Amino acid sequence: MVHARRGSIGRYYDINGWLFVAPVLGLIGLFMIYPIVWSLWMSFQSGRGMMMKFAGFANIVRLWNDPVFIKALTNTMTYFVVQVPIMIVLALILASMLNNPRIIGRGLFRTAIFLPCVTSLVAYSVLFKGMFAPDGVVNSTLAAIGVISSPIPWLTHPFWAKVLVIIAITWRWTGYNMIFYLAALQNIDRSIYEVARIDGVPAWARFIHITIPLLKPVILFTTVISTIGTLQLFDEVYNLTEGRGGPSNATLTLSLYIYNLTFRFMPNFGYAATVSYVIVVLVALLAFLQFFAARERDK
Amino acid sequence: MTNGIGRAAGALLTYGFLGLMAFLSVFPFLWMALGATNSSIDIIKGRVLPGAALATNVSTFFTQVNAPLVFWNSAKIAILATVLTLAVSSLAGYGFEIFRSRQRERLYRAMLLTLMIPFAALMIPLFIMMGKAGLINTHIAVVLPTIGSAFVVFYFRQCTKAFPSELRDAAKVDGLKEWQIFLFIYVPVMRSTYAAAFIIVFMTAWNNYLWPLIVLQSNETKTITLVISSLASAYYPDYGVVMVGTVLATLPTLAVFFFMQRQFVQGMLGSVK
Repeated sequence: MVHARRGSIGRYYDINGWLFVAPVLGLIGLFMIYPIVWSLWMSFQSGRGMMMKFAGFANIVRLWNDPVFIKALTNTMTYFVVQVPIMIVLALILASMLNNPRIIGRGLFRTAIFLPCVTSLVAYSVLFKGMFAPDGVVNSTLAAIGVISSPIPWLTHPFWAKVLVIIAITWRWTGYNMIFYLAALQNIDRSIYEVARIDGVPAWARFIHITIPLLKPVILFTTVISTIGTLQLFDEVYNLTEGRGGPSNATLTLSLYIYNLTFRFMPNFGYAATVSYVIVVLVALLAFLQFFAARERDK
Repeated sequence: MTNGIGRAAGALLTYGFLGLMAFLSVFPFLWMALGATNSSIDIIKGRVLPGAALATNVSTFFTQVNAPLVFWNSAKIAILATVLTLAVSSLAGYGFEIFRSRQRERLYRAMLLTLMIPFAALMIPLFIMMGKAGLINTHIAVVLPTIGSAFVVFYFRQCTKAFPSELRDAAKVDGLKEWQIFLFIYVPVMRSTYAAAFIIVFMTAWNNYLWPLIVLQSNETKTITLVISSLASAYYPDYGVVMVGTVLATLPTLAVFFFMQRQFVQGMLGSVK
């Protein structure tokens, strides 16, 4: 008990405790807590630049009638709903394959699949923009093996631009998630798999009935991390589609819209802050839902 | 017999899938390296063979970009951010774990909630704050908001759980003060934790984009990441030059990855085990 430690030794102990944690708490208070509260305050104000006045819920009303915001929200949710499951499943399959000690060269496979994690988001976006150019290496390869007859307009067609963003993010982050699963799999006793194999349980059933339930906490963790990441998507979209949000805003995300509202158009800090709070609410809501869903399935 | 064929087919499928995934993961790196040797037109036309334009691309890059200054800016920001983040985070991770109290435990949990705050919701107030402080277009403005990181504190706290309490007790008997125990015993003992954290924080700072994009407005202060982005978003980008830039920007992190793979992965995993 802390109270039992009262007295000079307890005080010394307590003061030291505060001294060690004070710098970080001060920095987080100044550069996270203060701005996030300020942002909330701002979202109830409107006006240009620094000339702001209280506007009540006007910004929230404006959200509903803003087709660009609706577009950005739909796009962001599309990325989230489509990309996160694809990536998690892919990472799980790769991890369970590479966890098998009989696989030859698994260190090499693991390193290769993890390699995309070392690139900066900007660098790989730029690379992908070049690879997916109209006559670029991807279209010419697809044409050569007969998958397509005319080049896919990756960068200029609203649908394909979205597909490109999803492909790019999946390339960058699958290996990252795989590493988490591999680390978790190492803590599982391999004999469980041996017994299941001898009993004639096929590989897919071992994956569904052994691997996934045992990895549930890690899957939850990576899903939350990926959710937060996807909802904040900016660098890739900005660099793949020239900073505008692609053909007819097809790839515009919430973060990019906030950036445009603040630094590209006539600055409207109040409204931009309201849009940013949509992300805050979504992140909190989805993280809560994911924890809740995981707990329900436990019962 | 059918079992044997089934197993062979399974192995073929496994290796085929792994091979394809490994190839797709590595190909963009290969393409980037080849791209640096080709002319912009050849790159856009999808050429995947080594070309003869390397010298031209490199010299164009160095005439268009003040490369030493740009790399110095990137390195300065990344090293400053990393050293400061590691210093304050390890102090806090140690403090939260060793000196436990009910209030600090509450604050720690509240601090972890800040992991969910999206940067987009901070950037407008931060921008106004930096403007008022007269720090726009300075590297200090880039570094300051990144130092207090709940994630790195969490990482250090988790690793501190493995710090042997006997070492602390012995040091106390020897009459060392708390700051001395931290500096002369904890820091050297935990050097692999510092190494892993260093790699991750350095990479994040080196690759950071959105915040520097907002804060750094003149060419003299820009980082390599910003320069690549602006080279590639030109109306007619010279892809050969862009590729030289991406190769140079990726080399440091690639080198760290290959020489310190174990710490790299350990840092990525944090303390989720």
